[in-house]
Amino acid sequence: MSPNLRIAYRFLTAKKRAMLMSLACTVLGVGLFIVTQATTSGFEKFFTKTILGINGAIRIEDKIQDTMRSIMAEGSTDSYFAQREGVKYIEGIDEPQLVADAVRSFPNVRGISAVVRGNVQITSSFKTEDAQVFGINLDDHIRVSDLAEQITNGKLSDYRDSPNGTLIGRVLADRLQIGVGDSISIAARGQSRRARVTAIFETGYRDADKTNVYMHLPEARSLLKKPAGATLLQISLIDPDRAPQDAARMEQVLRHGAKPWQEREKSWLEVFRALRISTGITVTVFTLIASLAMFNTLAMIVLEKTKDIAILRSMGYERRDITQIFLWQAAIVLAIGTALGALFGWSVTWLVEQVPLNLTGIFKSDHLIVVRDPNHYFAAIATAVVMVMVASLIPSRRAARLEPGDIVRGTAQ
Amino acid sequence: MSGEKPSSGALALRCANLHRHLGQGEGRVHVLKGVSFEARRGEVCAIVGPSGCGKSTLLYLLGLLDRPDDGQIEINGRLMSNTDDAARTAARGEHIGFVFQFHFLMLEFTALENVMMPMRKLGRLTPSEMKARAHSLLESVGLGAKTHRLGTQLSGGEQQRVAVARALANQPTILLADEPTGNLDVKNSALVFDLLTRLAKEQGQAVVLVTHNPEIAQRCDFTRPMRDGLFV
Repeated sequence: MSPNLRIAYRFLTAKKRAMLMSLACTVLGVGLFIVTQATTSGFEKFFTKTILGINGAIRIEDKIQDTMRSIMAEGSTDSYFAQREGVKYIEGIDEPQLVADAVRSFPNVRGISAVVRGNVQITSSFKTEDAQVFGINLDDHIRVSDLAEQITNGKLSDYRDSPNGTLIGRVLADRLQIGVGDSISIAARGQSRRARVTAIFETGYRDADKTNVYMHLPEARSLLKKPAGATLLQISLIDPDRAPQDAARMEQVLRHGAKPWQEREKSWLEVFRALRISTGITVTVFTLIASLAMFNTLAMIVLEKTKDIAILRSMGYERRDITQIFLWQAAIVLAIGTALGALFGWSVTWLVEQVPLNLTGIFKSDHLIVVRDPNHYFAAIATAVVMVMVASLIPSRRAARLEPGDIVRGTAQ
Repeated sequence: MSGEKPSSGALALRCANLHRHLGQGEGRVHVLKGVSFEARRGEVCAIVGPSGCGKSTLLYLLGLLDRPDDGQIEINGRLMSNTDDAARTAARGEHIGFVFQFHFLMLEFTALENVMMPMRKLGRLTPSEMKARAHSLLESVGLGAKTHRLGTQLSGGEQQRVAVARALANQPTILLADEPTGNLDVKNSALVFDLLTRLAKEQGQAVVLVTHNPEIAQRCDFTRPMRDGLFV
């Protein structure tokens, strides 16, 4: 152990109460930082997972037709936004198979599902509700969504084997008061047909559960009178975080509008970001208190140890040794405080996860959702280290500036 | 640190025309008014005089704990009065040992650790050598049985003896003592003074001590009386 560290340790342990106060503040600061980031990020990640599980990472919906303006712009710039300004979007995809084949050449693409979508009215024995029908090829759609895991009643295999089978959202099924095996009437564009409820799904996203109905693609084409083409292509990615770059490239290459999930859900993601920042600021106050407590402790030790500082200086200890002795004290508190704080944060995060809570709305959960991300721990520790060390610099430098001659003469200010 | 005894009689410390003011504004006092002084190895010199005459101020200047307003200080032939803080600090660690009136032990540390502290900073010895030397010094001041006692568990006389051992830890060429017996009873005063002079003579160190005690002063090799910031 270096002489300075040894002295720092003894100085610190001589002021147990003040040291414990600084330690407690550091533990609280680090722990609460971790807990709040774990919960806010948890909800954000869960929301993202839900959204990706319903709508995929990218949706290609519209064909792009150049206008005179965009044709002129293309010569001068290649950027995504410049081209977007001067183009016309034509609803739907005329050649979904060709576009899908082209999309498959993107290395990050995991699955593609061609979807025909339309507004319908669904009538049960009790009432009629507006809904949106999605004509899908089941196997394709399972690859781009979490539909298989979202089934709460009935079996997906029954749907696969039943040509007039439908999958209905939980909220819509409740409103229509129907269950698996019941018959419903689906009406669109002046015609209606009977269908059977083969399974009920629940995404957790209330809007989807209230309106979405899945049926086989040929049935949907027939009902919506769309014998060819597709309303959209739903795409899942290996790395969903790269969706904006992939979507921009797809739009350029395929001449179809491609929207990444980050753009589709921008407003919610902004809410989560603001929430994360505001809670981050709140808990940083705890770390600030920890740094003030450390400042106070060190300032007290400097006052009480002026004679010891003079002795050390008379023995040949340099100013930087004195600074180091006081910074070591902060470092000892930080090392113990951040380790205990991380443990405290992990434990409270675990406890929070056990709290039963019935959440519905933009997602559904029966408990608080948390994320254990090492980055939260690094951020909490880094914040504490920076703030406490900065606060410790002032008393440390003050101690180093003391003149030994002044101290032994008793005139140190 | 060499084990050899430094040559006795060589000039260890010299100052010339030292001036020092203390205080500010109207309270500013000219404490030292051109003091010159020399100390040789193996000699014990006492600086005596009334309170406020500048004895301690001179001692702190000689020990490089303070800076003169004017004048020169040489330690072992090297001019130190104009050097930077790092050089002065290094010189203190290597060449100068201090004994203060109020012993100034670091109370959270044991007697052994207090004595080892200057050695740890200088870093010339291995940890085991430092420990052995600290034990030896504490033995020589009669505290061999109390090496592991904290400063708070030692009497005033014992603390001052630890301070003497600590001052000798790095085998300095100069030992400066500011009223080393001022806070002790007669018996302990004699004990500490004998220790200081015996160990210093054995190791060929120049000892400069400030004292009010005429008996102690009489037993030194020579005495320099001071008054109003000047030797008289």
